[in-house]
Amino acid sequence: MTGGWELPIASNSDVVMVRQRVRSVAVEVGLSLIDQTKVVTAASELARNALVYGGGGLARIEIVENGARRGLKLTFSDEGPGIPDIEQALTDGWTTGTGLGLGLSGSRRLVDEFDLVSAPGKGTTVTVTKWAR
Amino acid sequence: MTVDADVARRRIEELLRENETQILHRWTLIAKASSEELSDIYRALLTSLEHGGDLADMRGLLAELSRSRARQGFTPADTARAVFGLKEALYEAVESDGGPEALRGFIWFSRLIDDLGLFTFETYTTARERIILDQAEQLLELSTPVVKLWEGIVAVPLVGTLDSARTQVVMEKLLQTLVDTGAEHAVIDITGVPAVDTQVAQHLLKAVVAARLMGAECVISGIRPQIAHTIVTLGIEFGDIVTKASLADALAHALRRSGIEVIAPKATRLAVRTENV
Repeated sequence: MTGGWELPIASNSDVVMVRQRVRSVAVEVGLSLIDQTKVVTAASELARNALVYGGGGLARIEIVENGARRGLKLTFSDEGPGIPDIEQALTDGWTTGTGLGLGLSGSRRLVDEFDLVSAPGKGTTVTVTKWAR
Repeated sequence: MTVDADVARRRIEELLRENETQILHRWTLIAKASSEELSDIYRALLTSLEHGGDLADMRGLLAELSRSRARQGFTPADTARAVFGLKEALYEAVESDGGPEALRGFIWFSRLIDDLGLFTFETYTTARERIILDQAEQLLELSTPVVKLWEGIVAVPLVGTLDSARTQVVMEKLLQTLVDTGAEHAVIDITGVPAVDTQVAQHLLKAVVAARLMGAECVISGIRPQIAHTIVTLGIEFGDIVTKASLADALAHALRRSGIEVIAPKATRLAVRTENV
């Protein structure tokens, strides 16, 4: 790991901040334009989830290395109510809010590695990684 | 040795009243502000102390001072420092008095002035925030024009982040323009939108449905390759909504749908003849 950034997620403008920072780091890591857009969109979804469903939280952006490959690792954590049924939450079209229900499941498809840790009452932490090709 | 807090307070009030001219003079020198303004504030301070510490008038005057000094180009720290200057000005009087009441009272007075100084700072930031908020609102209005492309065809070029507040403005403007112009085709161009996530997509879908309800046909244009990729991966379905890669394609589509044919003009032929004379 080389360097890292931590950004709070407390309002809609923070989501925009996270998105902008992720984009600039993605450029630095050397992601292609399509992959940049994908990881930025995933960051946008997950940050908004932390805000809307978790009542705000923290975003962590890290540059990771795996041999010759460089990548972007993002961690979104909140201390909200948590997800009771992760399987269901990752189903396309499932939402407890008013959205499209594609944010979480779509984000999983947008990135290379996706890890979700959550339990009712314990908050939610989503870690995603996108590798440069 | 203990000194009653009330006695200490009264002693300070007395000192402030007795040495008014001298303290005011010192304060004006320290604060580098007009003596009229300061003496107004000084009077207000005396009056509010008399009336049991109601600082409402005082705060009003300080807010005024903070604003007028901000206009003159002083930083908020300068203004706060000017207010803090009153402590220094009073200290001379306290020193020459030398009594324990005056010293104890000075601590209380010092805390009061600190509060008031910080209040000027707060006033400054509040004024600033108001300006920023106003500008954000103006930007919101500015950044969402609805333009007429052709008779019966309007376009909304979207640039930047599309959040709920902006979509609301865009939608209102678009729908109003549809009413005003009687346009039957609307193009929403998202070339300038850096990322389309589920929220943006949902907002777009709602705008299209609303426009349809008003009898207009809506096309979304400006879908760049990376956006198309992302939308597909996310799993967002645009259903039967017509989408185009560029605004030009969208215009061509709308023209075709309204039965207008655009024909390239026939190439003009030039014949040049040279003659040998």
